Amino acid sequence: MAKTSYLCWSLLTFLLAFSTQSAEMPLNMTQGVTEISQQVYSLHMKIFYICCAIGVAVFGVMFWSIIHHRKSKGVAPAQFHESTKVELLWTALPVVILILMAIPATQTLIAMEDTSEADVTILITGSQWKWHYKYMDHKVEYYSLLATPRKQIENKLKKGENYLLEVDRPLVIPTGKKVRFLVTSDDVIHSWWVPAFAVKKDANPGFINEAWTKVDYPGIYRGQCAELCGKDHGFMPVVVIAKEQADFDQWIAQEAATQAAAKEEEQKLLSMNMSKEELMALGEKTYMGYCAACHQPTGMGIPGVFPALKGSKMALEDLPAHIDIVLNGKTGTAMQAFGKQLSLSEIAAVVTYERNAWDNNTGDLVQAADIAKAQKP
Amino acid sequence: MALKHQPIVVKLCLLTAAMFGFGYALVPLYDVFCDLTGLNGKTSTMAATAEAAIPDKKREVLVEFIARPNNNMPWVFEPVVHKLRVHPGEIHRIDYLAHNVTGRAMTAQAVPSVSPGQAALYFNKMECFCFTQQHLTAGQQLLMPLQFYVDPALPEQFSTITLSYTLYEVDAVTPVTAQTATGDNNE
Amino acid sequence: MSTVTTDPHAHAEHEHHHGPAKGLKRWLYTTNHKDIGTLYLLFALTMFFIGGAMAMVIRAELFQPGLQIVEPNFFNQMTTVHGLIMVFGAVMPAFTGLANWLIPMMIGAPDMALPRMNNWSFWILPFAFSILLLSLFMEGGGPSFGWTFYAPLSTTYSNDSTALFVFSVHIMGISSIMGAINVIVTIMNLRAPGMTYMKMPLFVWTWFITAYLLIAVMPVLAGAVTMVLTDKYFGTSFFDAAGGGDPVLFQHIFWFFGHPEVYIMILPAFGIISAIVPTFARKPLFGYASMVYATASIALLSFLVWAHHMFTTGMPVFAELFFMYCTMLIAVPTGVKVFNWVATMWRGAMTFEVPMMFALAFIVLFTIGGFSGLMLAITPADFQYHDTYFVVAHFHYVLVTGAIFSIMAAAYYWLPKWTGHMYDETLGQWHFWCSLISVNVLFFPMHFVGLAGMPRRIPDYALQFADFNALISIGGFAFGLSQLLFVALVVKCIKGGKKATAQVWEGAEGLEWTIASPAPYHSFTTPPEIK
Repeated sequence: MAKTSYLCWSLLTFLLAFSTQSAEMPLNMTQGVTEISQQVYSLHMKIFYICCAIGVAVFGVMFWSIIHHRKSKGVAPAQFHESTKVELLWTALPVVILILMAIPATQTLIAMEDTSEADVTILITGSQWKWHYKYMDHKVEYYSLLATPRKQIENKLKKGENYLLEVDRPLVIPTGKKVRFLVTSDDVIHSWWVPAFAVKKDANPGFINEAWTKVDYPGIYRGQCAELCGKDHGFMPVVVIAKEQADFDQWIAQEAATQAAAKEEEQKLLSMNMSKEELMALGEKTYMGYCAACHQPTGMGIPGVFPALKGSKMALEDLPAHIDIVLNGKTGTAMQAFGKQLSLSEIAAVVTYERNAWDNNTGDLVQAADIAKAQKP
Repeated sequence: MALKHQPIVVKLCLLTAAMFGFGYALVPLYDVFCDLTGLNGKTSTMAATAEAAIPDKKREVLVEFIARPNNNMPWVFEPVVHKLRVHPGEIHRIDYLAHNVTGRAMTAQAVPSVSPGQAALYFNKMECFCFTQQHLTAGQQLLMPLQFYVDPALPEQFSTITLSYTLYEVDAVTPVTAQTATGDNNE
Repeated sequence: MSTVTTDPHAHAEHEHHHGPAKGLKRWLYTTNHKDIGTLYLLFALTMFFIGGAMAMVIRAELFQPGLQIVEPNFFNQMTTVHGLIMVFGAVMPAFTGLANWLIPMMIGAPDMALPRMNNWSFWILPFAFSILLLSLFMEGGGPSFGWTFYAPLSTTYSNDSTALFVFSVHIMGISSIMGAINVIVTIMNLRAPGMTYMKMPLFVWTWFITAYLLIAVMPVLAGAVTMVLTDKYFGTSFFDAAGGGDPVLFQHIFWFFGHPEVYIMILPAFGIISAIVPTFARKPLFGYASMVYATASIALLSFLVWAHHMFTTGMPVFAELFFMYCTMLIAVPTGVKVFNWVATMWRGAMTFEVPMMFALAFIVLFTIGGFSGLMLAITPADFQYHDTYFVVAHFHYVLVTGAIFSIMAAAYYWLPKWTGHMYDETLGQWHFWCSLISVNVLFFPMHFVGLAGMPRRIPDYALQFADFNALISIGGFAFGLSQLLFVALVVKCIKGGKKATAQVWEGAEGLEWTIASPAPYHSFTTPPEIK
C-alpha cells in the first residue's frame, strides 16, 4: 500500500513538474474574435448542454436501475419486453430535439456563407510545408515558414513561448474589414485553420476554395495546418496579425515598397560577385529554411523518399542540371520550383552550399548571374 | 446442400462485382453531379453560345481572375486584367499572358476552378485557352484569350465570382518514370 | 465456388476420434467453423497487440513536446499502420471470428454454409498483414499517408510501399467479402426448422445486415485503392487536377466506403450487447423488433452521410445541410437502441459479472462517443472540431470503448462455452477496472486537447498541450499493459478452471446454451426443434 501511494505521489510531482514549463491550456473551444466564431462557440455549447442533459437522464435511469434492480437485493425480474407507446415516444422525442439543434446550426451555416464583396482578398497557397500569401489588390506576396529553430524541436535548446506556432512572416490583415481568403494548394491537400476566426478551409491542388473573416480586435492569432500533408504536417503553422486599418495601410505600403526594392536590388546583384564565405553563409541559411526538411541538415536525405545530396552525382558533377532542378523543380515529385520562391542570389548561394558542404568539396562557386542566365537563356 | 447455396452465392458475387463497378461509376457520376450542382466549381469544358443572353444592366457582378502556374511549372502566367465589373449577360473578352521562360518547348494545360462553386454553372465561356493544350517554344510569349459572359440567371446572393486557372505541364500529368513521360511525348 | 458441406462420413470418423485432427495440419486445412472462429479470434488478438504497440510508439513520442523517439516520417507510418491494423486486422477479424463461432450455434446449423471458402477467407489474412507490416521495412518506409490515404498524398507524393499497401488492402477486402457471403448464405439457408427471421438472436441479425454492408462497400474500397494504384503507376488521373481529375473525388469515394465501414465495426457490437444485457438482467430484451428495424435503418442511413467527413473541403451550403441533417438522423435509431438496453435493465434482477461490466461500460462510453458524433455532425461547429484531437477522441470512444469493449464482453461471455472452463472472475474484474480507468485517462482528455486546438496526426505540438499529452500517454501505456491481463486470463481459462455447465449463465437463453460446454467439435448435426 505504501508503495502504491509513493508511486502516486511521484507521478503527481512528475506531472506538476511538467506544468511549470508550459502555458495554461484552455479546456474549451475558443470563443474567437469574430462574430461567426462566437456564433460557432455558442452553437457548440448549446449542443453540448443538450447532450449533457440527455446523458444525465439516460444514465440516471440506468444507474438507478443498476443500484436498485440487482439480484443481490432479492428482486424478481419483471418480464415485460415491449411497449409500442414508449418505443414511439423515444423515437419521436429525439427527432424533436434534433430539429431544435438543427435550426441554430442552419442559421449559423448560412451566416457563414456570405459572398458579398470583400475589402481585402488574399490568395493562400499551401505547399509542403509552408504557406504563401498573396494580396490580390497590392503587389505584395510572400512565403510564411515555421520560425521555431530546429534545435528547439530536437530538444537541444529550451523551447520558446510560441513553440511551433511561430512563423518568419505572418499574414497581416486589417480589423473591422471583411477579408476574403482564396485557398488553394501547390501539391497535396492542406487545410488553413485559425481557431480564433473559426475558419478552416481545405487547400485542394488545382481547385480554389473561399472563406472569409471580419476580425474585431487587433492581435496575433495562431493556427496550424489541419490536414495531413506529409512528413512535416505538424510544422506548418499559421500566424495572423490583425491591425487597425491605418496600421495595416502603412504596413502594406511599406511591404510593397520593400518588395519592389528587393527586385531592383536583385538586378544590381547580377553584376556583383559574392565571395565563397558570403555564398556559403547565405546558402546554409537558405538550405536550412527551404531544403533541410526533405534533404535533411546532413544532406543525407531519407532513403527511398528524399534523395541524398551528399555525394550525389548531380551535386558533384552536373552543374547545369543542378541549377535547373532547383530553379524549375522536378515534375511528379516533391521537388518544387524554387525559382518562384527564392531570389537569384539565394538560389546561387544554396547551389554553392550544396556543392561544397558535407564533403561535397567541388569548389564550384555559383553567382546570381549564372542563375539568371539559366533562367532566361 | 450445394445446390441450395449456389443461387445465393451467385447473386452475392454479382452484387460484389456490381459494387466494384459502382465504385468506378462514381467517377462519371460525380462529374455529372458536379455539372448539375457546381459541387466542385469546375466550369464546362465546352464552348458556350450566347444566344439567350440579354444583358441585365441593373446588376453588376465582380469577376476576379487568378492565374497560377503550378508548383513545378516555370512559366510566367497571369491575366492582363485582374478584376472586372460586368453586367450579367454582357460578353467580355480578356487576355492571359503566358511566357515560357525555359530553354525548351513545353506544352501546358490550364485547369479552371470557380468559387463559389455553384457560380460555375452560370459562368459561360465562349472561347477559352483552357479548352485546348497550349504549346510554347523556348522563350515564347503568348496572349491567350478568354471570352465569357455571366448568365443573368445567376442567383442574387452571388455578387463576386472568382475564376482561377492553374497551369500544369502536360507531360507532367503522370508522375512516373522517365519512360512513361517520354512515351507521352511521342504521342 | 459451389462448395459441398463437410462429408457426413468424415463427421462420423471425427466423432469416433472424439475431435479434430492433431497438429498444424488441423489448423491449416480446417473447415470447422469453431476452429476457424478460434483462428480469427487469435489473429485479431495478435493484431490488436501489434497495432497497440504502434499506438505505444505514438504515445511515447507525444509524451513530451519536441522530437525524441521517432522521426516525423516514421511517426506518420505509425499512425497510418496503427489505423489500418486496428480496423482491418483487429476489429473486423474479431467480429468475423465471433460470427464463425456463434452464428451456426445460434441458428442451429451444423457449420457455416461454405466451409472451404471459410478456410480461405481466413488464411489469406495473415498474408495481407505480413505484406503490410513488411512494407514498413522498405527503403523509405511503409505507407505514411494516414489510414484514409487521401490523394494526392498517396499517389504522386508517396513512395513505392503504396503498391504493397494497395495489394494488401485488396486481399483484406477479398477476405471480408468471402466472410460476408458465407454469413449471408448460412443465415438464409441453414437456420433450423422453426427459426424464422424474427426469432433469430440479435447478434445474428446485426451480422446479417453487416454482411450486406460489407458486400456493398468493400468493393468500393477495392475500386478506390485500384484508382490510387493506376494514378500512381499507370498514368490515369482520377484524382489529379492536372489531368482533369479531382482530389476531392477521392474523398467522396473513400468515405462512401468509409462511413458504412464505421457501422460494419459497430453493428455486431450492438448484437453482442443485446445478447449480454438480457442474460445478466434476467429479463428478455426490450423491443426486439424495434432493435432489428433500428439496425436496418442505421445501415441504410450510413449510405447517405459520407460527406460529413468532408465539410471543410468546400462544399456548397445545400450539400452541407443535406449531410448534416442525415447525420443527425442517425442519432434516432442509435438512441432507440440505447433506450432499449436501459429498458431491458429496468426492473430486472441484475448481476455484474465481467461480460456485463464491459457491456455496461459499452453503453455509457459508446453513448459518449455518440454525443461527440452528434456534435461533429453540426457543420459550423465541425469546422472547429475537424481534424483535431476532438475527432480522435470521438472515434476512439466508439471504436475502443465501443467495438473493442463489446468484443471483450463477448469473449468473457462465451469463453466458458468455447473452453469448457469458467474464466477467473477476479482477474477478469481486474482487467475490466484497469481497462475502464486507463481508457478514460487515455481518451477523455483528448476532447479538451482537441477543443483547445491540437490537430491530429502531428508528431510534435505547442507547449500548452504538454500536460494533457503526458497524461494521455500515461493512460495509453496503462491501457496497453492492462490488456496483458486479458491474455493471462485467456491462457488460464484454456488450461483449466471451474467446469462450465451447458447453460453457463443463469439467465442465458438461446440455442448455443443448450449444447455442452465446451461446445463439441460438431454441434447440431441434426437440427434442433424450435418452439
